[in-house]
Amino acid sequence: MAVEAVGSRSHTTRVAPWNDPTVRGWVFQIVIVGLVVALAWFLVSNTLENLARQKIASGFHYLDREAGFEIGDTMIAYSPANTYARAIFVGLLNTLKVAGIGIVLSTILGTLIGVGRLSPNWLLSKICEYYVEIFRNVPLLLWLFLIYKLISEAFPGPRQAINVLNSFFLSNRGLYFPVPLANPAHQWMGVAFLVAVVATWFMARWARKRQEATGQPFHTIYTGVGLLVGLPALVWLAFGAPVGMSWPALKGFNFVGGTVIQPEFTALLVGLVLYTSAFVAEIVRSGILALNKGQSEAAAAIGLSRGQIMRLVLLPQAMRIIVPPMTSQYLNITKNSSLAIAIGYPDLVASVNVTINQTGQAIENILIIMAAYLTVSLSISAFMNWYNKRIALRER
Amino acid sequence: MSDAMPTGERRQLAPPVDHTGVMGWMRRNLFSSWGNGITTIVLIAAVAWLLSGFLHWAVFTATFTAPNGQACRGHGACWALIHEKYRYIFFGSFPYQQHWRPLLAVLTMLAMLVSSADRRMWNGRLVVIWLVGTFITFLLMFGVLSFSISFFLTIALICGGIGMFARAGVGTAVEVNGWRAMAAIGAVGLVLRILDILPAWSLNIRAFDYVETGLWGGLPVTMILATYGLAFAFPYGILLALGRRSNLPLIKGLCVGFIELIRGVPLISLLIMASVMLPLFLPSGTTIDKFLRALVAVILFAGAYIAEIIRGGLQSLPKGQFEAADAMALSYPQKTILIILPQALRVVIPPLINTFIGFFKDTSLVLIIGIFDFLNTANQALVDPNWAGFPAEVYLFAAFVYFCFCFSMSRYSKYLEVELNKGTRR
Repeated sequence: MAVEAVGSRSHTTRVAPWNDPTVRGWVFQIVIVGLVVALAWFLVSNTLENLARQKIASGFHYLDREAGFEIGDTMIAYSPANTYARAIFVGLLNTLKVAGIGIVLSTILGTLIGVGRLSPNWLLSKICEYYVEIFRNVPLLLWLFLIYKLISEAFPGPRQAINVLNSFFLSNRGLYFPVPLANPAHQWMGVAFLVAVVATWFMARWARKRQEATGQPFHTIYTGVGLLVGLPALVWLAFGAPVGMSWPALKGFNFVGGTVIQPEFTALLVGLVLYTSAFVAEIVRSGILALNKGQSEAAAAIGLSRGQIMRLVLLPQAMRIIVPPMTSQYLNITKNSSLAIAIGYPDLVASVNVTINQTGQAIENILIIMAAYLTVSLSISAFMNWYNKRIALRER
Repeated sequence: MSDAMPTGERRQLAPPVDHTGVMGWMRRNLFSSWGNGITTIVLIAAVAWLLSGFLHWAVFTATFTAPNGQACRGHGACWALIHEKYRYIFFGSFPYQQHWRPLLAVLTMLAMLVSSADRRMWNGRLVVIWLVGTFITFLLMFGVLSFSISFFLTIALICGGIGMFARAGVGTAVEVNGWRAMAAIGAVGLVLRILDILPAWSLNIRAFDYVETGLWGGLPVTMILATYGLAFAFPYGILLALGRRSNLPLIKGLCVGFIELIRGVPLISLLIMASVMLPLFLPSGTTIDKFLRALVAVILFAGAYIAEIIRGGLQSLPKGQFEAADAMALSYPQKTILIILPQALRVVIPPLINTFIGFFKDTSLVLIIGIFDFLNTANQALVDPNWAGFPAEVYLFAAFVYFCFCFSMSRYSKYLEVELNKGTRR
């Protein structure tokens, strides 16, 4: 049982094998691993026997079969005639969509609330405090149910939809709004946007270098926004400015045309963002409070405004404290997005759950869920670790 | 150095701004600048608007008693629904006449948790309180308890084993031999029981009518899942954390792999796994209670999170503690049980309470696999066609109950953090 293997080799006197820590360590390990293997063998043999009795063939062949179920919200083309593999992939994309948008929004909202809690305005800081306490002390699932039921029961049906300018229709079926008709120009506008992103990044780098070298500031933000908006707009004009739009219109019991943000998606996203931002706010607040008071006093002494102190001095330093706990909040959003199944949003777990019920292939499907979430979680932590290293204090 | 007194009219300075009293407080905290003043006014307007709207709905136009949902329609909040359904929301489908049993069980668990919060109780008394409390809780919930002889033998083996290793060379010879005898009786008895030489004796206690777990619901289910999920996960989390810190490569690999796997996947996937895969894992013919499946999933999940918290506590100990224990020639179990864990666990009590809050909320996910926890009974209360259409009332009520539990625990954890750090704070 003793584990200190170090130094056992330097003994000059021979030790009995049952008193040698190295030997004991290995015996102990072999016993434990043997027990684990025995347990695994017991479980696997039972499983195989049960599967054989229920006549369920194991393997991933079912993935090529026709799924046959509808998915309400799809980012890529999907119909019930597609395979299970595609249905599960559609679910994965939905999970990523909710998690991605949720991460961005809850970071923004959480930072605002965390900074608000430190505001000299007593009322503002109290309101932010109550927000944090209310949202983090009630289960996320309850928020999701409440928001979903409020959307589906408080909003009118499609026929009495709230009509804004005859183009936005808000009802219990979701928010319908017009989108441009498909046009080859859009792809080229997308390319132009990507080019603008790259150009902005290089421009920002150049501007920072110049400011460090000469002290001359450069309007990075205005130029960047100009590039990001201007380049796609130029391409749009070059294609003859296509203006065709698909307008939503009431037909029968629901709207056709345009596009829709579904109530399930809205409820899931709003619930996730409200809940997680309460945790993010606490992380941001404690990160800023952990800084030395001299930092904000020195910044105030050289004449920076409150906004500038926060943006240029406090937040960049607080980032170093904030990033590691923030990573686990991002992972939480991703994992919590699986609560979608409770309000009927077709995320990864929901698609896989339908697949389990239809095919009975429980083990394979659960392996798929675990592999997918592990991949996403590990990618997020790898990215955040890289970012953390980048902003870490470089000490001599 | 003669100061000529200035002649003529002297400029009168304004009196200093008053910083005391109500006006001074408001000047400092609400109207310290133009921007602040505008923010304050906008916020007051917004809060007043929201609060008046909410109070109008929840109090002034609300219906507090009504025969059915129809009578509520057109008014504000329908609290009559809560009045009608509160017993179902709290206790689920437990036989109506026997609702005093889950009520007493909840009170027992509350008493157990509250007395555990008192630092004067942090000694042997706590063990007694938990044993008695657990016995009463489950006796009330089940009505009938049956302890098989294997159960007693396993307890004897575990207690004897821990005592044997921890007290070797510390306690008197009589005491250590007592622990050894206890462990030996447990081990030998279990072997005899497995070989079917020892008959399947069991101790049956019949106090009330038997109520199966399928009928349990509401607050007791949430509290049992959270409390006992974590209580069972705790020793197992300690083992995982020790394994992760071990020098033995195979043990370390197993523990790291398990912890990271569990922490990387959502609780729902484990619950689905427990509900569809546990029956496959067991020999055919054995059925496993749905409630127990959920409890197993919660324990597996909680163990990995607890292990990471305890690892933090282990890492915070200075290396000298480990080395000093080695220098005293303590064995590994003695070093761990007598020196390391008491110090490491003390550091991690506040984060452990925060984990408990998290799990108290997360147990609500068991509704996905059809267990009637508090949130699920609240959900079911909405299904009644006589009372359809008032989700906000029920959810706000459930949110209020959850809030009371979680908020008081988070305040306690904050208080404890300050209290435990008194010795080290500057």
